[in-house]
Amino acid sequence: MAKQTTLELWVGVFGVAGLLALSMLAFKVANLSASDVRQGYRVAARFDNIGQLKLRAPITLAGVRIGRVSDITIDDDFYAVVTLTISGKYAKLPLDTSASILTSGLLGEQYVALEPGGDDEYLKDGSELQITQSALVLEKLISQVLYGKAESGN
Amino acid sequence: MNPVRQLGRWALARIARLGRASLFLYQVLIRVWRLLPRLGLLIQQIYAVGVLTLLIILVSGLFVGMVLGLQGYNTLVDFGAESVLGLLVAKSLTRELGPVVAALLFAGRAGSALTAEIGLMKATEQLAGIEMMAVDPLTRIVAPRLLAGIIALPLLAALFTAVGVLGGHLVGVGLLAVDDGVFWSQMQSGMDFYDDVLNGVIKSVVFGLVVSWIAVFEGYDCVATSEGVSRATTRTVVNASLAVLGLDFILTSLMFGEA
Repeated sequence: MAKQTTLELWVGVFGVAGLLALSMLAFKVANLSASDVRQGYRVAARFDNIGQLKLRAPITLAGVRIGRVSDITIDDDFYAVVTLTISGKYAKLPLDTSASILTSGLLGEQYVALEPGGDDEYLKDGSELQITQSALVLEKLISQVLYGKAESGN
Repeated sequence: MNPVRQLGRWALARIARLGRASLFLYQVLIRVWRLLPRLGLLIQQIYAVGVLTLLIILVSGLFVGMVLGLQGYNTLVDFGAESVLGLLVAKSLTRELGPVVAALLFAGRAGSALTAEIGLMKATEQLAGIEMMAVDPLTRIVAPRLLAGIIALPLLAALFTAVGVLGGHLVGVGLLAVDDGVFWSQMQSGMDFYDDVLNGVIKSVVFGLVVSWIAVFEGYDCVATSEGVSRATTRTVVNASLAVLGLDFILTSLMFGEA
């Protein structure tokens, strides 16, 4: 009987250790507690060009991550419609908040940066951001510089 | 004519064996609920396949993580990107190395023991004896071992991954002077619970089922001699390892294929 008890104890320790490891992976490694975008509100933004923006890309305001990109589609006029899911904690964003697509670092991933405006009303689920700035496409920029040089006669 | 016939016989034997294995799994799975009043049996088997495999899993996890830290650092430092070392270690461990290496070690340490145990029970006619006493060997012997493998391997893989991340941290931050805060913050911003951690857990549940299925079937189906048991044990390790690696490719392409 005593042997059975120590055996059960060990299995209990094993189970607890395994679950602890899982929760460490969830909270310490994957930071589950901070990514509660599922309970956020959704805002649409139209861009001419979104560059390399991907699903789940971060949305930042003043450098702080406040949400993630949850959907990317194209509308009838061939604009890219990006759905931004913003955490419910940041519900008081002015209605004339502007969005621009920026790159973190020289080769880093792209993200959506929000710039709050001064409107008295707040964004709510389903609103659309009116002021947007598209992603900078490096190739277009380079070709513009080259054409500019050619036109000015070297 | 003869070689062709040989090939046909070989193929038919393989298919028949696969069918037997599937029927065997079905027979065991419909008996699993009968374990409910006898959880003691299950606890005993979790001890045998889980707790006793713990040491090899923890030690290998630590070393795999440390090697990842070392190799990753040497590659990344050329690009000045050593800050993403934590992300590299965590992603490779949760997505691939944790579930796969833990399953391979599990097949070698616990799967072979399962096959040998059940095979020896068959060779010494204990299985027949149990059946003579009107006790169903599938319920009493096989079902707890199968279920214990399915429960134990995900926990072992999680421990492997967690210890591996700590090992990578040990080498990256302790030895190679990557900044501690950067190591964790890059990892946390790049990792996703559903994409990385949960998919890794799903993988290890599947591997747990397949490895223990192969192990108990090989034991139950072995030729009842000492040579037969030894062959069955070898086959368990070989087949389970191949199945894990093959399934890993399929699962990976299903989970991460479109990203």
